[in-house]
Amino acid sequence: MGTNKKYWKGLSELNQSPEFLKHQQNEFVEDLPMTEALNGEGTTSRRDFLKVVGFTTAAAALASCETPVIKSIPYVVKPEDVTPGVANFYASTFYDGHDFAPVLVKTQEGRPIKIEANELLKKHIGGTTARTQSSVLGLYDSARLTAPYAKGSASDWKSVDAAIGKSLADAAAGGKEIAILSSTIVSPSTHSVLAEFTAKYPTTKVYHYDSVSYSALREANDKVFSKKVTSTYDFEKANKVVVSVAADFLGTWLAPAVFSTAYAKNKKVSPEKPEMVKHYQFESNLSLTGANADERYMIKPSEIGKTIVALYNEVAKATGNTGVSANASIASNPDAQKAIAKIAKELAAAKGQSLVVCGLNDTDTQVLVNGINKMLDNYDKTISYEYHLNLKKGDDKELANLIANMNSGKTGVVITYNSNPVYTAPAKTGFAAAYKKVPVKISFAQTLDETAQLADYVCPDHNWLESWGDANPVRGHYSLQQPTINPIFSQPRYQGTRQAQDTLLKWAGVKTDYLTYLQAYWQNHVYPMQAKYGDFYSFWSNTLHDGLLHVHFAKAVEPAVIEPMAKDSSGKPLMTGVAAVIADSLALKKDEKKEKAEEKKVIAAEEEKKLPDVDYNAAAAKATAAKSGTWEITVYEKVSLGNGNQSNNPWLHELPDPISKVTWDNYITMHPEDVHEQKFGEMLRQDVDGSIATLTVNGVSVELPVYPQPGQAKGTIGVALGYGRKVESYKVAKEAGIDGGANAFEFLSVTNDTIQNISSEVSIAATDKIHQFAATQIHHTIMGREEQILRETSLAQYKEDAASNNPKAFIHTNQGERPVEEVDLWAAHPRPGVKWGMVIDMNTCIGCAACVVACTAENNVPTVGKDQVRRTRDMAWLRIDRYYTSDMTRKRAEEEHIGGRRMYLDMENPSFNPKVTFQPIMCQHCNHAPCETVCPVLATNHSTEGLNQMTYNRCIGTRYCANNCPFKVRRFNWFNYQGNPDYADINPSQQDLGRMVLNPDVVVRGRGVMEKCSMCQQRLQAGKLEAKSRSAYKRRCY
Amino acid sequence: MHSESQIREPLILGHKTYAQITDDIIRPVEGKANKYWYMLFTVACLTFLWGLGCLSYTVGVGIGVWGSNNGVDWAWDITNFVWWIGIGHAGTLISAVLLLFRQKWRLGINRSAEAMTIFAVMCAAIFVLFHTGRVWLDYMLFPLPNQFGSLWPNFNSPLLWDVFAVSTYFTISCVFWYIGLIPDFGTIRDRAINPMVKKAYNLLAFGWGGSARHWSRFEEVSLVLAGLSTPLVFSVHSIVSFDFATSILPGWHTTIFPPYFVSGAVFSGFAMVLTLMLIVRKVYNLQAYITVKHVEYMNIVIIVTGSIVGVAYLTELFISWYGGVEFEQYAFLNRATGPYWWAYAAMMTCNVVSPQLFWFKKIRTSLVATFILSIVVNIGMWFERFVIIVPTLCRTFLPSTWNMYHPTFVDIGIFTGTIGMFFTFFLLFSRFFPVIAQAELKTILKISGESQKKEVAEHAHEPAPTHAH
Repeated sequence: MGTNKKYWKGLSELNQSPEFLKHQQNEFVEDLPMTEALNGEGTTSRRDFLKVVGFTTAAAALASCETPVIKSIPYVVKPEDVTPGVANFYASTFYDGHDFAPVLVKTQEGRPIKIEANELLKKHIGGTTARTQSSVLGLYDSARLTAPYAKGSASDWKSVDAAIGKSLADAAAGGKEIAILSSTIVSPSTHSVLAEFTAKYPTTKVYHYDSVSYSALREANDKVFSKKVTSTYDFEKANKVVVSVAADFLGTWLAPAVFSTAYAKNKKVSPEKPEMVKHYQFESNLSLTGANADERYMIKPSEIGKTIVALYNEVAKATGNTGVSANASIASNPDAQKAIAKIAKELAAAKGQSLVVCGLNDTDTQVLVNGINKMLDNYDKTISYEYHLNLKKGDDKELANLIANMNSGKTGVVITYNSNPVYTAPAKTGFAAAYKKVPVKISFAQTLDETAQLADYVCPDHNWLESWGDANPVRGHYSLQQPTINPIFSQPRYQGTRQAQDTLLKWAGVKTDYLTYLQAYWQNHVYPMQAKYGDFYSFWSNTLHDGLLHVHFAKAVEPAVIEPMAKDSSGKPLMTGVAAVIADSLALKKDEKKEKAEEKKVIAAEEEKKLPDVDYNAAAAKATAAKSGTWEITVYEKVSLGNGNQSNNPWLHELPDPISKVTWDNYITMHPEDVHEQKFGEMLRQDVDGSIATLTVNGVSVELPVYPQPGQAKGTIGVALGYGRKVESYKVAKEAGIDGGANAFEFLSVTNDTIQNISSEVSIAATDKIHQFAATQIHHTIMGREEQILRETSLAQYKEDAASNNPKAFIHTNQGERPVEEVDLWAAHPRPGVKWGMVIDMNTCIGCAACVVACTAENNVPTVGKDQVRRTRDMAWLRIDRYYTSDMTRKRAEEEHIGGRRMYLDMENPSFNPKVTFQPIMCQHCNHAPCETVCPVLATNHSTEGLNQMTYNRCIGTRYCANNCPFKVRRFNWFNYQGNPDYADINPSQQDLGRMVLNPDVVVRGRGVMEKCSMCQQRLQAGKLEAKSRSAYKRRCY
Repeated sequence: MHSESQIREPLILGHKTYAQITDDIIRPVEGKANKYWYMLFTVACLTFLWGLGCLSYTVGVGIGVWGSNNGVDWAWDITNFVWWIGIGHAGTLISAVLLLFRQKWRLGINRSAEAMTIFAVMCAAIFVLFHTGRVWLDYMLFPLPNQFGSLWPNFNSPLLWDVFAVSTYFTISCVFWYIGLIPDFGTIRDRAINPMVKKAYNLLAFGWGGSARHWSRFEEVSLVLAGLSTPLVFSVHSIVSFDFATSILPGWHTTIFPPYFVSGAVFSGFAMVLTLMLIVRKVYNLQAYITVKHVEYMNIVIIVTGSIVGVAYLTELFISWYGGVEFEQYAFLNRATGPYWWAYAAMMTCNVVSPQLFWFKKIRTSLVATFILSIVVNIGMWFERFVIIVPTLCRTFLPSTWNMYHPTFVDIGIFTGTIGMFFTFFLLFSRFFPVIAQAELKTILKISGESQKKEVAEHAHEPAPTHAH
C-alpha cells in the first residue's frame, strides 16, 4: 500500500519559500570560485598556492604514517555457544595428584582464563585455594611437552606405542611386574581403565604414593575402626573447640579449602550470635592455621607425640576414661603443658562439637588422636570415617615395596602417572637409583620433570583443562571433568599430547576412546546410584552442567574390586546401567529425616563388625619415643607452592607467603632469638639482608638463607617443599631462591613405615654469604596504630558492647566535635544509579591468599620477579597485610615511663610468640580520593557509581597519586613488564602460549602507567549487562 | 646623581675609569680562554654527557632504572627538582627585589645570578619533565586544545600549578636577563674586530644604540620586569611547596611549607651564587668588582635565611608534638631518628649550624671559609629536600607498606649530569657573555668606586665652594 506521507526538512521547504526554491537544485549555497580560479583571474596568490601545497603535502605525508595494525580475525562461522566478549563457564574438576577442587572454568573465545569455585559443591569439598586458582596458568606453560619422547628425544605416538606395547607384552610374558606408580587416583573410571590394563597385562600392579603423605591417618583408622580410609572432618560442626597439633588445616593439611570454608563459619560473629569457635594450636613453624589460632603454643617437632599423649591423658581424666602411661612432658614449653589440662576440660565440655587433629604422619600418634576424638564423642558428628575421603590414599609402604621390587629386578616396567617420585621421594629411600635399574620406564608427565628425564618413554598427558575425567573425592560425591579447550598441542602441528587414560586404553587394547569409556562407566556404575534422572542422556548432560552429583549415601557403595567392563562385539563397553527406582527417591527426597535414618542404618550395619581392641598404651609408648635434638626441623608445604608440582608457575612464586611475606624464595625459618644467638643476619629495621647457612638434615646438606620468623619454636627450623627443581625447561622455578632453591623432599625420612616430615638429625653451620630476601612486607608490627588501622576487640567485650573498641570518629570544628562523615572539604559527588561497595569480614579472613592469585588472574596483573619485588615493585592489586603483635604497647610505655623513641623502636620487634592479624588491602575507592585531586591530567577520577577509576591512556606517570594514597595500593609500571626481555621468562604475557591466559576484558598496562584495583569493573559491567538483559530487556520486550 | 655615605665601603675597588671597567669585564669575552677554563669545561661536558646517557637510558627502558619504588614513588627526581628550583631563586631575588630596594651591591653579581637562575631552572625542568613514566605524553600537562572532547588538565592538582609557576618563572627570568644583557652586547659589538663576531653581537644587541631614549626605555623595562618578577620570587617556591603541603601525608601536610621553602630557596640560591662568584672573580680577575664586601653582604643574607630555615625546622618538630596527631608525631620522630637519621643530621648540621659561623666577621669575610660553607649549605639544602621526600614516603600510614629507598647509578648519573649541564652552560655563558652587568655597573662608579669615594672624602675637607649670586 502506498503512502501519501511527505517528510519535509524545514519550514522553508514546507512553505516552498522563494529562497528555498532558488537554492533547491544547488548543492552549494554559496558559489564556489571555481571559474575564477581556473581562469587564473582569481585572488589566489603565490602565497595561497604555497599554503595549499604545503597543507596537502603535509596531510598526505601524515596519512602515510600509519600505526601498526594488528589484525584480529573474526569467526567466519560463529560457534553457537560462543559470543566474542562474553565469557562461558564450564563446570569441571581440578585434580593434579595433590590438590582437588570442583571448579567452574571461565573461558573466553575458547580459552580457559580463570578458575572459580563451583558453589554447588563448595559445602562438601569445594572452595579454591591459591594453587587451584593458579592451575589455569599450567595449561599455558611453555615447559609442556608437545610430543612423546623416546630415549630422550622427541618421537611420534605410533612408534612409541609400538615400542611400549612390545615391552609390556614382553614383561607380562616374562612374569616381570608392570608397576604403575601413581599419586592417589580419585577418578573411579580411571580405576576401571587400570582394571582393563591389568586384564591385558596380568602382572600389572598399581602403587599409590602421595608426595605429601597422609598414610598414617588411614593406618590409624584401620587400627581403631578396621577401616583403611581417611576420615572427613567437619569444622563447621566443631563450633566450640578445635585443637590442632601441627596440622595446618587452613593452609595445607588434607583439604584446606573445605576446612577453611567451614571453619570461617564459626568465626562469623554478630550481635545475634556472639559465639566463636575456640582454636588452640600446638606447632613449631608458625603456620597459617597457627596464625589464626586463639591460643598458640610453640612445641618442638619431637614433642608432637608427647603433646597428643598429654592431651589424651587430660581428656581421659576429664571424660572419666583411663589414660595411658607414657612420658608426656613438653620440656621446651611448660606453658603448653599447663594449657593442655585447661584445653581438655573445654574439650570435654564441648563433646561432639569439637575436633582434635594432628598433622604428624605417624600411625601411633594418629591412633591416639582417634582415641581422643572417640572419648570426645566426635565421631559421626564432627568427624566421620564412614563418609570418608577418597583423596590422599597413598600408602608409604607401597612405595617401599616398589623400591624393593625395582632393586631386586622384579619390576620390568614402571609407569609413573601424576607423580614425580625422583623429585619427591625421600633421599634415604634411594628411589632414583632403584628407578634407574628398571629396564623400561614410562612417564605420563606433562613436562620433562625429574622422573621423566630418567624415563625411557615420556607419553605426555593432557593438562586437566584439556581432559575428560571424573572424581569421587568423598563417599557419595561424584564430579565430572570436561575439557574447556581443544588440546593445545595436537596434530598436525605437533605430535601432541594424549590423555593418560586414552594411552592406557590403547595399550590395553580397548578400542574406544576414554570419553566413551567414561560415559559407559558412569552409566554402569554412577547412574544407578541416583534416582533424579530417568534417562542417561539427561543425567549425563545435567551432571556435566552442574559438574557434580551427590548420590544417596546408602547407594554410594564403592565396589570392593573393580572389574573391566563388559564389551560388545566391536569392543565398545556395554552401557547397561539403570537408574535407581524413582518412587523410592521421591520418597527420600520428601523426607529428609527418613534419609538420615536410612543413613544411620547403613552406618550401623557397617559398624556391626566388632571394632578391634586398640592398645593405646603401646601406641603412646611409640608416639613419645621421638628423640629430641639441639635443632629440629619441620618440612612444610607452602600455601603457594605446595608439593611443588606447580613450581614453574610464576603466579605462585610471586604470591607472598601468608606469614613471612617472602616471595620467590626457599629459606630456613628460625626464631629471631636463635638467629641472634647463631649470629646470623637478623634483618632488623626493615633490613632485607639475611645470612646463608649450610643445613644438614638426615645426612643431606644444602645451603639456604635464614629468615628470622617470630613464633617459630626455639631450637626448631622449618624448610618448605616445592623448590630445588632440576628441570631444564622450568625457567620460572629457576628464578626462585638461590639457583632455584633446595629440594626439601630430600630431608624426609621413613619411620615406622610412614614418611616423616620432621627430624632431629639436624645441624646448621654458618657461611659468610649474604642473601637478599624479596618480601612484599618488611615491616611487621602495627606500631601502636591499632586504634586507627587495626581495631580489635575480644569476644567478651563484644558481648557486652558490640561497638567496643570501635568508637565513631569525630572531627573538631569551630562548631564543636562533629561526626567525620558530616565534615567534608569537597562538594558531594552526584550519585545517580548504581553504587558499588565491598565489605570484607575481617573476623573470618584467614589470610590464605587465594584472593590474591584470583585477582592476578582476573586482572592480568604482571609478575615482575624477585628483583623487582625486592625493590618494592610488586604489582599485586590486592595484598594481605600481616601484622605481628609486639610486647611494647602504648599502655606499657606509659606505665613504665618509656620515652617515645625507645617505645617506637621496641614496637618494631614482634613478640616472642606473636599473635597474627591479617588485613586484606586493595584500593578502598575513597569517596573523595586523595589520588584524584593530585593527578595533573585527570587520569584517575571518580565514576558516578562510586568507583575510583584509572584511565590508563591518560596517565603520564607522575606517581603523585601513589604518594598521596594513604593505603599505598597504587602500582606503577616501572618497566614494560609485557615486553622488556628481562621479564620474558617470568611474565606469562610475554610468551605466545602464556599470553593466552590474559583476560580480554582487562587492558594490559604498558610502561609508565599507574594501575590499581578497579573493583573488577569488568565484572561489575558484566553483571549490570546481565541484569539489564534479564530484567529490563526481557520484561519490556517479551 | 646622588651620593653615598662615606661609611659605606666602596663597591668598586682601585682607581677605575669607565674604559677600564669595560676592558676588565669584556676582556674575557674577547680573549682566549685559559687552560683552567678548558679543564673545567671538559669535566663539566663529560658529566653532562654522562647524565644525558643516563637520561636516554631512562627514557629507553623505563623509570624502573631509578631507585624509586611503589612506596617511595618520588625520590631523587623531585629532590633534585626542588633543589635546583631553590637555587634558581637567588637570581630573581638579587635582580628584582634588590633592584626595588635600591641595593647597589647587587650590580656586581646580578648578571651571573640571573644566568645561574636560568640554568638552574633548566636543570629543574629536566627532572620535572623526565620523572613522568611516559615522557612523550608530557604535553598533556599543558592546557592545550585537543580532540579528546573537552579534556583539560586537573586545575586542582598542585603539579599543574607547578607547571604554570615554573614556566612563568623561567620565561620572566629569561626576558629579564636578556634585557639586561642588551647594552653589554652593544658594547661588545662596538669593540669587536672580527666581522663575524660583530655581526653576531649586533644581532644579539637588538640594534642597541646607547642613546638617552634607549637608556630611558631600558630602565623602564627593567623596573617593570622587576615588579613582575618580585612576586614570582615568593610564588614559585610556595607553589612548589604545595606539592607537599596540599597532600595528605604526615610530614608533608603542613602550613609552614611555603615560607619555609621560600627562605630555604633564597638560602641555597645565595650559597650557589657565592660558589660561582668566588670562582668567577678569581678566574676572570674581577676582584675589583666582586669584593669581599659583596661576599659579606651575601653571607649576611645566608645567616638570615639559614636562621629562618632553622626556626622552621624547630617549629615543625614543635607543632608535630603539640598537634598530637599520632601519624605526624611519628613522621617527625622517624625523620630525626629513623633509618634516615643521617640525612636529617646532615641537613641540620649543614643548614642550621654551619651558617651560624657567619656571625664571626672573620669567617664571613674569609673567601676560603665562604667557599667551603657555600658548598656545605647546598649539600644541606639537598638533604633537606631528601629528608622531606624519602623518609616521609618510606613510612606513611600503614606500617605494612613501610620500606626503604636505595638510589641507583642512574639516579646519581642524572643528578651529576644536571650539575655538569649547569656548569657547561655557565662556563659557556662566562666565555661569551659579560659576567658582570658592566653598563649598569658604571652607574655606581662615581658613587661607590673606591678612588671616587676617596676624592669626595678629600674634597669634603675643603671649605664648601661659595656661590656668588
